[in-house]
Amino acid sequence: MTGLRYVYAVCHPFGTPLQAQLTGVAGDPPRLLHHHGLVAVVSHVPERDFAEEPLRRHLEDLDWLTATARAHQGVIDALTVVTTPLPLRLGTVFRDDSGVRVMIEEREDAFRRTLDRLQGRVEWGVKVYAGAEPADGADSEAPPEKAASGRDYLRQRRMRVRSNEDMWQRAETFATRLHETLSEFAEDSRLHAPQNPTLSGASGRNVLNAAYLVPRSVSEEFVELVDRTKDDVPGMRVELTGPWAAYSFAGEEENR
Amino acid sequence: MTTPSRLPDPYGQGSGANLADILERVLDKGIVIAGDIRINLLDIELLTIKLRLIVASVDKAKEMGIDWWEDDPALSTKARRDELSRENAELRERLARLEQLEPARAEEERS
Repeated sequence: MTGLRYVYAVCHPFGTPLQAQLTGVAGDPPRLLHHHGLVAVVSHVPERDFAEEPLRRHLEDLDWLTATARAHQGVIDALTVVTTPLPLRLGTVFRDDSGVRVMIEEREDAFRRTLDRLQGRVEWGVKVYAGAEPADGADSEAPPEKAASGRDYLRQRRMRVRSNEDMWQRAETFATRLHETLSEFAEDSRLHAPQNPTLSGASGRNVLNAAYLVPRSVSEEFVELVDRTKDDVPGMRVELTGPWAAYSFAGEEENR
Repeated sequence: MTTPSRLPDPYGQGSGANLADILERVLDKGIVIAGDIRINLLDIELLTIKLRLIVASVDKAKEMGIDWWEDDPALSTKARRDELSRENAELRERLARLEQLEPARAEEERS
Protein backbone atom coordinates (compact mmCIF):
# COMPACT_ATOMS: atom_id res chain seq x y z
CA MET A 1 0.00 0.00 0.00
CA THR A 2 1.38 3.34 -0.93
CA GLY A 3 0.68 6.77 0.41
CA LEU A 4 0.30 8.17 3.89
CA ARG A 5 -2.41 7.47 6.46
CA TYR A 6 -4.81 10.22 7.40
CA VAL A 7 -6.62 9.45 10.66
CA TYR A 8 -10.10 10.88 11.29
CA ALA A 9 -11.14 9.28 14.51
CA VAL A 10 -10.73 6.47 17.00
CA CYS A 11 -13.78 4.42 18.04
CA HIS A 12 -14.87 1.29 19.79
CA PRO A 13 -15.47 -1.45 17.20
CA PHE A 14 -18.92 -1.09 15.63
CA GLY A 15 -21.07 -3.51 13.66
CA THR A 16 -22.89 -1.25 11.24
CA PRO A 17 -21.05 -0.66 7.97
CA LEU A 18 -20.38 2.91 6.88
CA GLN A 19 -22.35 4.17 3.90
CA ALA A 20 -20.84 2.69 0.73
CA GLN A 21 -20.25 5.86 -1.30
CA LEU A 22 -18.56 7.75 1.52
CA THR A 23 -15.31 9.39 0.42
CA GLY A 24 -12.88 11.05 2.75
CA VAL A 25 -10.10 13.55 2.19
CA ALA A 26 -8.28 13.11 -1.13
CA GLY A 27 -11.22 11.06 -2.41
CA ASP A 28 -10.21 7.86 -0.64
CA PRO A 29 -12.93 5.93 1.22
CA PRO A 30 -12.38 5.70 4.97
CA ARG A 31 -11.06 2.31 6.09
CA LEU A 32 -11.19 0.69 9.50
CA LEU A 33 -7.91 -0.30 11.12
CA HIS A 34 -8.56 -2.60 14.08
CA HIS A 35 -5.91 -2.76 16.77
CA HIS A 36 -5.93 -3.63 20.48
CA GLY A 37 -9.72 -3.66 20.53
CA LEU A 38 -9.99 -0.15 19.13
CA VAL A 39 -10.66 1.11 15.61
CA ALA A 40 -8.80 3.88 13.84
CA VAL A 41 -10.67 5.29 10.85
CA VAL A 42 -8.12 6.13 8.16
CA SER A 43 -7.79 7.15 4.52
CA HIS A 44 -4.85 6.67 2.24
CA VAL A 45 -3.61 10.07 1.11
CA PRO A 46 -0.87 10.96 -1.39
CA GLU A 47 2.50 12.28 -0.24
CA ARG A 48 2.35 15.06 -2.77
CA ASP A 49 -0.46 16.68 -0.77
CA PHE A 50 0.00 15.41 2.76
CA ALA A 51 3.74 15.32 3.37
CA GLU A 52 4.95 18.10 5.65
CA GLU A 53 5.82 20.70 3.08
CA PRO A 54 2.74 20.46 0.82
CA LEU A 55 0.41 20.09 3.78
CA ARG A 56 1.73 23.26 5.35
CA ARG A 57 1.24 25.09 2.07
CA HIS A 58 -2.27 23.69 1.58
CA LEU A 59 -3.35 24.78 5.03
CA GLU A 60 -2.84 28.37 3.95
CA ASP A 61 -5.18 27.87 1.04
CA LEU A 62 -8.72 28.53 2.18
CA ASP A 63 -10.30 26.60 -0.72
CA TRP A 64 -8.20 23.50 -0.11
CA LEU A 65 -8.77 23.79 3.60
CA THR A 66 -12.52 24.13 3.11
CA ALA A 67 -12.75 21.04 0.93
CA THR A 68 -10.57 19.01 3.28
CA ALA A 69 -12.42 20.19 6.38
CA ARG A 70 -15.77 19.27 4.81
CA ALA A 71 -14.48 15.84 3.79
CA HIS A 72 -13.08 15.28 7.28
CA GLN A 73 -16.36 16.36 8.84
CA GLY A 74 -18.29 14.18 6.37
CA VAL A 75 -16.51 11.08 7.64
CA ILE A 76 -16.97 12.08 11.27
CA ASP A 77 -20.65 12.69 10.56
CA ALA A 78 -21.07 9.24 9.02
CA LEU A 79 -19.34 7.71 12.04
CA THR A 80 -21.62 9.62 14.40
CA VAL A 81 -24.62 7.89 12.85
CA VAL A 82 -23.29 4.42 13.70
CA THR A 83 -21.11 4.93 16.77
CA THR A 84 -19.54 7.49 19.11
CA PRO A 85 -16.28 8.57 17.45
CA LEU A 86 -13.40 10.41 19.08
CA PRO A 87 -12.65 13.00 16.41
CA LEU A 88 -9.00 13.90 15.86
CA ARG A 89 -7.89 17.32 14.74
CA LEU A 90 -7.66 17.85 10.99
CA GLY A 91 -4.32 16.88 9.49
CA THR A 92 -3.31 13.96 11.72
CA VAL A 93 -1.12 11.96 9.32
CA PHE A 94 1.10 8.86 9.72
CA ARG A 95 3.58 7.22 7.37
CA ASP A 96 1.90 3.82 7.35
CA ASP A 97 -0.50 1.51 9.19
CA SER A 98 2.13 0.52 11.70
CA GLY A 99 2.56 4.19 12.67
CA VAL A 100 -1.16 4.30 13.40
CA ARG A 101 -0.95 1.10 15.44
CA VAL A 102 1.89 2.47 17.55
CA MET A 103 -0.15 5.60 18.20
CA ILE A 104 -3.09 3.48 19.38
CA GLU A 105 -0.86 1.48 21.70
CA GLU A 106 0.63 4.60 23.23
CA ARG A 107 -2.73 6.13 23.98
CA GLU A 108 -5.15 3.28 24.36
CA ASP A 109 -5.95 3.92 28.02
CA ALA A 110 -6.77 7.56 27.40
CA PHE A 111 -8.82 6.65 24.32
CA ARG A 112 -10.86 4.15 26.30
CA ARG A 113 -11.46 6.57 29.13
CA THR A 114 -12.65 9.30 26.79
CA LEU A 115 -14.73 6.92 24.68
CA ASP A 116 -16.48 5.65 27.79
CA ARG A 117 -17.12 9.18 28.96
CA LEU A 118 -18.64 10.22 25.62
CA GLN A 119 -20.45 6.98 24.79
CA GLY A 120 -23.95 7.66 23.48
CA ARG A 121 -23.54 11.43 23.62
CA VAL A 122 -23.53 14.06 20.92
CA GLU A 123 -22.67 17.73 20.75
CA TRP A 124 -25.13 20.49 19.88
CA GLY A 125 -23.96 23.95 18.91
CA VAL A 126 -26.00 26.98 19.91
CA LYS A 127 -25.24 30.49 18.75
CA VAL A 128 -26.97 33.76 19.51
CA TYR A 129 -26.78 36.73 17.15
CA ALA A 130 -27.76 40.21 18.20
CA GLY A 131 -28.69 43.22 16.14
CA ALA A 132 -29.31 41.31 12.93
CA GLU A 133 -32.02 43.80 12.06
CA PRO A 134 -32.89 47.12 13.68
CA ALA A 135 -34.12 45.66 16.90
CA ASP A 136 -34.82 48.90 18.56
CA GLY A 137 -37.68 51.32 18.05
CA ALA A 138 -35.44 54.17 19.08
CA ASP A 139 -33.18 53.66 16.08
CA SER A 140 -35.80 53.36 13.39
CA GLU A 141 -38.51 55.74 14.52
CA ALA A 142 -36.18 58.66 15.16
CA PRO A 143 -34.45 59.47 11.90
CA PRO A 144 -31.67 61.93 12.63
CA GLU A 145 -33.82 65.05 12.68
CA LYS A 146 -31.78 68.18 12.38
CA ALA A 147 -30.52 69.22 15.74
CA ALA A 148 -31.97 72.58 16.69
CA SER A 149 -29.12 73.36 19.02
CA GLY A 150 -25.94 71.91 20.37
CA ARG A 151 -27.83 70.71 23.37
CA ASP A 152 -30.42 68.94 21.21
CA TYR A 153 -27.70 67.41 19.18
CA LEU A 154 -25.93 66.07 22.22
CA ARG A 155 -29.20 64.77 23.62
CA GLN A 156 -29.95 62.90 20.40
CA ARG A 157 -26.50 61.48 20.38
CA ARG A 158 -26.82 60.30 23.95
CA MET A 159 -30.09 58.57 23.10
CA ARG A 160 -28.51 56.81 20.16
CA VAL A 161 -25.60 55.60 22.24
CA ARG A 162 -27.93 54.53 25.02
CA SER A 163 -30.23 52.55 22.75
CA ASN A 164 -27.17 50.73 21.41
CA GLU A 165 -26.03 50.01 24.93
CA ASP A 166 -29.52 48.77 25.80
CA MET A 167 -29.39 46.37 22.91
CA TRP A 168 -26.05 44.88 23.98
CA GLN A 169 -27.25 44.75 27.54
CA ARG A 170 -30.35 42.82 26.47
CA ALA A 171 -28.27 40.57 24.25
CA GLU A 172 -25.95 39.73 27.11
CA THR A 173 -28.79 39.05 29.51
CA PHE A 174 -30.55 36.87 26.98
CA ALA A 175 -27.41 34.90 26.09
CA THR A 176 -26.47 34.38 29.74
CA ARG A 177 -29.92 33.13 30.64
CA LEU A 178 -30.08 30.83 27.63
CA HIS A 179 -26.66 29.39 28.41
CA GLU A 180 -27.71 28.75 32.02
CA THR A 181 -30.89 26.96 30.94
CA LEU A 182 -29.12 24.80 28.38
CA SER A 183 -26.16 24.02 30.66
CA GLU A 184 -28.56 22.76 33.28
CA PHE A 185 -30.12 20.38 30.78
CA ALA A 186 -26.86 19.26 29.18
CA GLU A 187 -24.22 17.09 30.82
CA ASP A 188 -21.44 19.49 29.98
CA SER A 189 -20.89 22.70 28.06
CA ARG A 190 -18.14 24.77 26.46
CA LEU A 191 -18.08 28.41 25.51
CA HIS A 192 -16.28 29.11 22.23
CA ALA A 193 -15.00 32.37 20.82
CA PRO A 194 -17.58 34.32 18.84
CA GLN A 195 -17.54 33.47 15.16
CA ASN A 196 -16.04 35.33 12.30
CA PRO A 197 -19.00 36.66 10.26
CA THR A 198 -17.03 36.42 7.03
CA LEU A 199 -16.72 32.69 7.42
CA SER A 200 -20.13 32.05 8.86
CA GLY A 201 -21.92 34.42 6.50
CA ALA A 202 -24.25 35.27 9.34
CA SER A 203 -25.65 38.72 9.97
CA GLY A 204 -25.66 40.32 13.37
CA ARG A 205 -23.02 40.03 16.03
CA ASN A 206 -22.34 36.59 17.44
CA VAL A 207 -22.76 37.09 21.20
CA LEU A 208 -22.94 33.44 22.27
CA ASN A 209 -21.17 30.49 20.69
CA ALA A 210 -21.54 27.45 22.89
CA ALA A 211 -21.41 23.66 22.65
CA TYR A 212 -23.46 21.29 24.77
CA LEU A 213 -22.85 17.62 25.44
CA VAL A 214 -26.21 15.84 25.37
CA PRO A 215 -27.12 12.13 25.51
CA ARG A 216 -28.70 10.98 22.26
CA SER A 217 -31.71 9.74 24.18
CA VAL A 218 -32.71 13.26 25.25
CA SER A 219 -31.51 15.13 22.19
CA GLU A 220 -35.02 15.75 20.93
CA GLU A 221 -35.92 17.40 24.23
CA PHE A 222 -32.81 19.54 24.01
CA VAL A 223 -33.77 20.68 20.52
CA GLU A 224 -37.29 21.53 21.71
CA LEU A 225 -35.84 23.45 24.63
CA VAL A 226 -33.77 25.56 22.23
CA ASP A 227 -36.75 26.02 19.92
CA ARG A 228 -38.88 27.38 22.74
CA THR A 229 -36.41 30.19 23.48
CA LYS A 230 -36.14 31.31 19.90
CA ASP A 231 -38.66 34.12 19.86
CA ASP A 232 -38.23 35.25 23.42
CA VAL A 233 -36.52 38.54 22.75
CA PRO A 234 -36.85 40.65 19.61
CA GLY A 235 -33.60 41.33 17.77
CA MET A 236 -31.97 38.12 18.98
CA ARG A 237 -31.51 35.16 16.67
CA VAL A 238 -30.78 31.69 18.00
CA GLU A 239 -29.10 29.16 15.75
CA LEU A 240 -28.82 25.47 16.48
CA THR A 241 -26.37 23.10 14.75
CA GLY A 242 -25.83 19.40 15.20
CA PRO A 243 -25.81 16.69 16.15
CA TRP A 244 -22.03 16.82 15.98
CA ALA A 245 -19.53 14.29 17.21
CA ALA A 246 -18.40 15.49 20.62
CA TYR A 247 -15.55 17.57 19.19
CA SER A 248 -15.59 20.14 21.96
CA PHE A 249 -15.50 17.50 24.68
CA ALA A 250 -12.96 15.09 23.24
CA GLY A 251 -9.98 16.62 25.03
CA GLU A 252 -8.55 14.98 28.11
CA GLU A 253 -10.17 15.72 31.44
CA GLU A 254 -7.46 18.11 32.55
CA ASN A 255 -8.83 20.99 30.52
CA ARG A 256 -12.27 20.75 32.07
CA MET B 1 -41.79 5.34 14.23
CA THR B 2 -39.36 6.99 16.61
CA THR B 3 -37.21 4.98 18.92
CA PRO B 4 -35.93 6.71 22.04
CA SER B 5 -32.39 6.85 20.69
CA ARG B 6 -33.31 8.28 17.31
CA LEU B 7 -31.56 11.54 16.65
CA PRO B 8 -33.52 14.50 15.45
CA ASP B 9 -32.83 15.54 11.91
CA PRO B 10 -29.60 17.44 11.67
CA TYR B 11 -29.90 21.17 11.87
CA GLY B 12 -27.71 23.27 9.66
CA GLN B 13 -25.40 20.40 8.78
CA GLY B 14 -24.38 18.81 5.52
CA SER B 15 -24.33 21.28 2.70
CA GLY B 16 -25.88 23.96 4.90
CA ALA B 17 -23.31 23.78 7.69
CA ASN B 18 -21.51 27.04 7.80
CA LEU B 19 -17.79 26.98 7.20
CA ALA B 20 -17.00 28.62 10.52
CA ASP B 21 -18.86 25.85 12.38
CA ILE B 22 -16.87 23.18 10.61
CA LEU B 23 -13.45 24.84 10.80
CA GLU B 24 -13.99 25.72 14.43
CA ARG B 25 -14.40 22.03 15.18
CA VAL B 26 -12.01 20.26 12.84
CA LEU B 27 -9.18 22.78 13.36
CA ASP B 28 -9.65 24.01 16.88
CA LYS B 29 -11.28 21.08 18.65
CA GLY B 30 -10.85 17.36 18.49
CA ILE B 31 -7.97 15.38 19.87
CA VAL B 32 -4.50 16.66 19.13
CA ILE B 33 -2.06 13.91 18.27
CA ALA B 34 1.34 14.51 16.79
CA GLY B 35 1.44 12.23 13.77
CA ASP B 36 4.47 11.25 11.71
CA ILE B 37 3.84 14.28 9.55
CA ARG B 38 4.66 17.18 11.81
CA ILE B 39 2.61 20.14 10.95
CA ASN B 40 3.50 22.58 13.60
CA LEU B 41 0.34 23.22 15.57
CA LEU B 42 1.32 26.83 15.66
CA ASP B 43 0.70 26.87 11.93
CA ILE B 44 -2.89 25.92 12.43
CA GLU B 45 -3.27 28.44 15.18
CA LEU B 46 -1.72 31.10 13.02
CA LEU B 47 -4.08 30.15 10.27
CA THR B 48 -7.05 30.43 12.59
CA ILE B 49 -5.84 33.83 13.63
CA LYS B 50 -5.47 34.81 10.00
CA LEU B 51 -9.00 33.67 9.31
CA ARG B 52 -10.25 35.64 12.27
CA LEU B 53 -8.46 38.69 10.98
CA ILE B 54 -10.60 38.63 7.88
CA VAL B 55 -13.36 40.07 10.00
CA ALA B 56 -11.17 43.06 10.69
CA SER B 57 -11.41 43.90 7.03
CA VAL B 58 -13.80 46.79 7.01
CA ASP B 59 -14.58 46.51 3.32
CA LYS B 60 -15.64 42.89 3.64
CA ALA B 61 -17.88 43.70 6.56
CA LYS B 62 -19.41 46.63 4.69
CA GLU B 63 -20.12 44.38 1.73
CA MET B 64 -22.14 42.30 4.08
CA GLY B 65 -24.02 45.31 5.33
CA ILE B 66 -22.34 45.43 8.70
CA ASP B 67 -21.62 49.09 9.26
CA TRP B 68 -23.05 49.98 12.62
CA TRP B 69 -19.72 51.33 13.82
CA GLU B 70 -19.76 54.00 11.13
CA ASP B 71 -21.97 56.24 13.23
CA ASP B 72 -20.52 55.28 16.54
CA PRO B 73 -18.02 57.92 17.66
CA ALA B 74 -16.34 55.47 20.01
CA LEU B 75 -15.42 53.27 17.06
CA SER B 76 -15.12 55.43 14.01
CA THR B 77 -12.58 58.18 13.58
CA LYS B 78 -14.66 59.62 10.76
CA ALA B 79 -17.76 59.87 12.92
CA ARG B 80 -15.62 61.31 15.69
CA ARG B 81 -14.13 63.92 13.36
CA ASP B 82 -17.54 64.90 12.04
CA GLU B 83 -18.85 65.18 15.49
CA LEU B 84 -15.95 67.20 16.78
CA SER B 85 -16.32 69.76 14.04
CA ARG B 86 -20.05 69.98 14.68
CA GLU B 87 -19.50 70.38 18.39
CA ASN B 88 -16.88 73.01 17.66
CA ALA B 89 -19.30 74.96 15.51
CA GLU B 90 -21.96 74.74 18.19
CA LEU B 91 -19.60 75.90 20.87
CA ARG B 92 -18.30 78.77 18.77
CA GLU B 93 -21.87 79.90 18.19
CA ARG B 94 -22.63 79.81 21.88
CA LEU B 95 -19.44 81.63 22.71
CA ALA B 96 -20.32 84.33 20.21
CA ARG B 97 -23.76 84.70 21.80
CA LEU B 98 -22.26 84.97 25.26
CA GLU B 99 -19.78 87.53 24.07
CA GLN B 100 -22.62 89.62 22.68
CA LEU B 101 -24.34 89.49 26.05
CA GLU B 102 -21.25 90.43 28.00
CA PRO B 103 -18.91 92.24 25.65
CA ALA B 104 -17.03 93.99 28.40
CA ARG B 105 -16.25 90.89 30.34
CA ALA B 106 -15.27 89.02 27.26
CA GLU B 107 -12.84 91.81 26.39
CA GLU B 108 -11.39 91.64 29.84
CA GLU B 109 -10.84 87.90 29.63
CA ARG B 110 -9.24 88.11 26.26
CA SER B 111 -6.55 90.51 27.40
